[in-house]
Amino acid sequence: MLDCVPEGHVQHTVGKINPAKTCQPIGAMYAALGIHACLPHSHGSQGCCAYHRMHLTRHFREQVLASSSSFTEGASVFGGASNLKTSIKNIFKIYNPDVIAIHTTCLSETIGDDVSTIIKQSEIPEGKVVIHTNTPSYVGSHITGFSNMCKSMVSYLAQADGETKKEQVNVIPGFTNPGDMREIRRIVSALGIKLIMFPDTSGVLDAPLTNKYQMYPDGGATVAEIRDSGNSELTIALGSFASNAAADLLQEKCGVTGIPLKLPIGLKATDDFIMALKDWFGVEIPRDLAVERGQVIDTLIDTHFHYQGKSVAIFGDPDHVIAMTEFAITMGLVPKYVLTGTPGKEFEATIQKMLDDAGITGSKIKAEGDLFELHEWIREEKVDLLIGTSYGKYIARKEDIPLVRFGFPILDRAIHPLMPVVGYRGCLRLIEQISDALLERRDRDALDEDFELIL
Amino acid sequence: MDGIESTLEELYTQYPETVKKNRKKHLIVKSVAEESCPQIEANTRTIPGIISQRGCAYAGCKGVVVGPIKDMLTITHGPVGCGYYSWGARRNKARADATTPKDKIYGQMCFTTDMQEPDIVFGGEKKLAKMIDEVVAAFHPRAINICATCPIGLIGDDLNAVAKAAQERHGIQVLAYNCEGYKGVSQSAGHHIANNNIMQNIVGTGTGKKPGRHVINILGEYNIGGDGWEQERILNDCGYTVNCVLTGDSSYLDIKNLHLADLNLVMCHRSINYIAEMMNTKYGIPWLKINFIGVEATNQSLRQMAKCFNDPELEKRTEEVIARETARIEPVLEQYRKICRGRKAFAFVGGSRSHHYQHLLKDLGMEVVVAGYEFAHRDDYEGRQVIPTIKSDADSKNIPELHLKPDEKLYKENHEYLNMTKEQFEALKKEVPLDYYEGMYPDMKTGDIMIDDCNHYELEELVNKLKPDIVFTGVRDKYIAEKMGVPAKQMHSYDYAGPYAGYDGAINFARDVAHALSTPAWKLIVPPWERKEEPEEKSQDGVTNA
Repeated sequence: MLDCVPEGHVQHTVGKINPAKTCQPIGAMYAALGIHACLPHSHGSQGCCAYHRMHLTRHFREQVLASSSSFTEGASVFGGASNLKTSIKNIFKIYNPDVIAIHTTCLSETIGDDVSTIIKQSEIPEGKVVIHTNTPSYVGSHITGFSNMCKSMVSYLAQADGETKKEQVNVIPGFTNPGDMREIRRIVSALGIKLIMFPDTSGVLDAPLTNKYQMYPDGGATVAEIRDSGNSELTIALGSFASNAAADLLQEKCGVTGIPLKLPIGLKATDDFIMALKDWFGVEIPRDLAVERGQVIDTLIDTHFHYQGKSVAIFGDPDHVIAMTEFAITMGLVPKYVLTGTPGKEFEATIQKMLDDAGITGSKIKAEGDLFELHEWIREEKVDLLIGTSYGKYIARKEDIPLVRFGFPILDRAIHPLMPVVGYRGCLRLIEQISDALLERRDRDALDEDFELIL
Repeated sequence: MDGIESTLEELYTQYPETVKKNRKKHLIVKSVAEESCPQIEANTRTIPGIISQRGCAYAGCKGVVVGPIKDMLTITHGPVGCGYYSWGARRNKARADATTPKDKIYGQMCFTTDMQEPDIVFGGEKKLAKMIDEVVAAFHPRAINICATCPIGLIGDDLNAVAKAAQERHGIQVLAYNCEGYKGVSQSAGHHIANNNIMQNIVGTGTGKKPGRHVINILGEYNIGGDGWEQERILNDCGYTVNCVLTGDSSYLDIKNLHLADLNLVMCHRSINYIAEMMNTKYGIPWLKINFIGVEATNQSLRQMAKCFNDPELEKRTEEVIARETARIEPVLEQYRKICRGRKAFAFVGGSRSHHYQHLLKDLGMEVVVAGYEFAHRDDYEGRQVIPTIKSDADSKNIPELHLKPDEKLYKENHEYLNMTKEQFEALKKEVPLDYYEGMYPDMKTGDIMIDDCNHYELEELVNKLKPDIVFTGVRDKYIAEKMGVPAKQMHSYDYAGPYAGYDGAINFARDVAHALSTPAWKLIVPPWERKEEPEEKSQDGVTNA
């Protein structure tokens, strides 16, 4: 396994080896799937669309439909306007979505296609909507692309009908799984607050298998809902990298107050989310939620000796990693290496502050890193546990470290997209996975005389 | 027949007129009246906005052909996505062998220049050159591939110049592939670009002929799920020496010696026929289209191969292997046939597989009623005799066509490779279809549909109208079919199982298909509160959990 990786420090200053990010368009495609009856459209050559659909499909094990402008060399030289106009016409005629959400690619960005002008020149049937976002693949990461599409939902659709705001909250859930979005809805509903969540891939990418095929499943935020988000009192942006831009624009455009929070992964972040809602809307916390929180505390105390003091490397998307690092600290784990592939110095500052507050020293933190570098750190000094995406499995096997799969993508284990890691229930799931991983290792490594029934 | 034609007419009604006109040329119903295949339109542009399965030239070049070469370090020059998506995504298995140690295998790694905005504005050549220097210092690869992505051609980075300079600096071969995603109309363009470069720059540079009476190459076998290894096992048993499997589990060193073989076998005709043809022209090595997917197909391929060498001992051993292997697997297959027999399938995949798998499905008593390719050319449907009549268009013209001449030192006549006289070779050609592929059409039945670049709408309509029992397709369509209530198997990645080639592969495939058809959940879709009558308590015959 990874036998080609040289020993010792390697000079690696340009490019990425084993990247921990991918390009913007896939994030935009994922966000667009969170609009009801929306067909994402990739304005570029068809390979991009094929790759993004393939990758999303492998993570979600669900149909991921999206179309492409299918650039050829001619379009690449003369511009893709005619391809896009033809696409829009064909899509509405053949696939009849409510919305087409276009994102660009490195190809159409490099040639400089002006998508908003092309949309204005296109034939759009009455009642149908076409939105777009710019997602140059050579800037940021898939998280940036997700953020850009969320922002475009606001810029194209959100509108304030008057000064008076409705007693309802907008939640921008970040690049999370449909299971997470479902759980966020459950929590907000339990608090008795009316919710507009966009994007919302629950009901789209965790749709049930019934005896009726739906090209556009029931889920997703409707255009009417996204429009109405401009009339909400409050927006909660979950995860600064994925969600802040849209919330900021909503504040600017429609005067909706935005509160930036971490993804509600872990005890403190979930507390923050619930308290923000409680403080703003003055709601009581229902007993069921209080019980769930108490169960998490109970479990943390019951099981702390399974994991406390263990060192952990956490990698993945920035909002996930930030929240997970906070929860790891809550659990008593020691985050030794914390890395994201997405650029952003605030990532490093945020993590550093958490570690400083916890009195943890000597950790390595990096934004815009890659897994080759993470591996080098681990080769220098090992950790007890890896938390991250499926791409960590090579390092895990090579260095014989257990891997808890977390974030996007998870390509080699099923069901993750359906099972929430957000909220108090998500805490229990994460504790279970982390505890199990370390106990499996303890059982595996135990001598016969040390092998125990009860742990 | 009329039924099928009217089904298709109904399908077209949803299309705008221009789309209808275009798509009609890509759908052919096999007719008993026509002996030769009617012309099918293929390898032409996908209509913008149509949800196609097709990928791009980069995917065909890096993802399919070049990526699997285990000891070449491949750098994707571009923004991060293309390298990332083609990392570990094709299940091309590779392992160390006598000439390639473990530390020279890079398949589990991903190298990308991760171009940023300033690179797009000011050019990425320096970054690429530096990355080459760093990976050479760190990994000491035997050779390097550089694959271009869409922006490269547009911003004018000169990959060939960077490669040439790096080659001089480091004393190892550095090959540049101008496989920008917008070239051609599908993955197919990338296959061709990769074939050209490998043929021009690697093949023929080695001198290490492997010992053996009959030395062969398998071209266009990518060792997905270990298919190539199962083929090698069978061929070794028959008495062949496998010189190189191109490119599944292949090494740079093996490819240098590719010309030191007596016969080229062609598995995936679409992706590798260029090299087969060029080797025939340059070295005189004949090629034979074989198919190791399916028991009968494998047996037939082995028998045809044996005939090529005019060696009674080889023919005897071949028959022994066929008898032994067939006897071994037949009882197992029979168990699965109880579930599979009579079931109707669709197959939409690749540029050769939809044909190959028809043979294996036939072995299981199943029939393919609709078959198509994503990125095939007319010859893959109609047979190679149509090649001279295929008109080149703007999209195919931008892929260079190499015009090679016989090699002054190494060229030999076809018959010399096969150790026979010219007359014997001429007689052999009448019996065994050397240097020829007949395409998919002859194996389709009257009333079956052949469909090129099938799109989501057509898939949905055809599944609704023809109600297949199973769909063999790619990952993007798999879950669509399943949501429609039809079992589906991924035929690029085999749903992470395999091998599916050869004899062991037939058992694996039969088991997996039987499981897909019979997994109990299919009978439980309707919840009890919606059931109109008591469900039949009829259990499946035969194997349920073997």
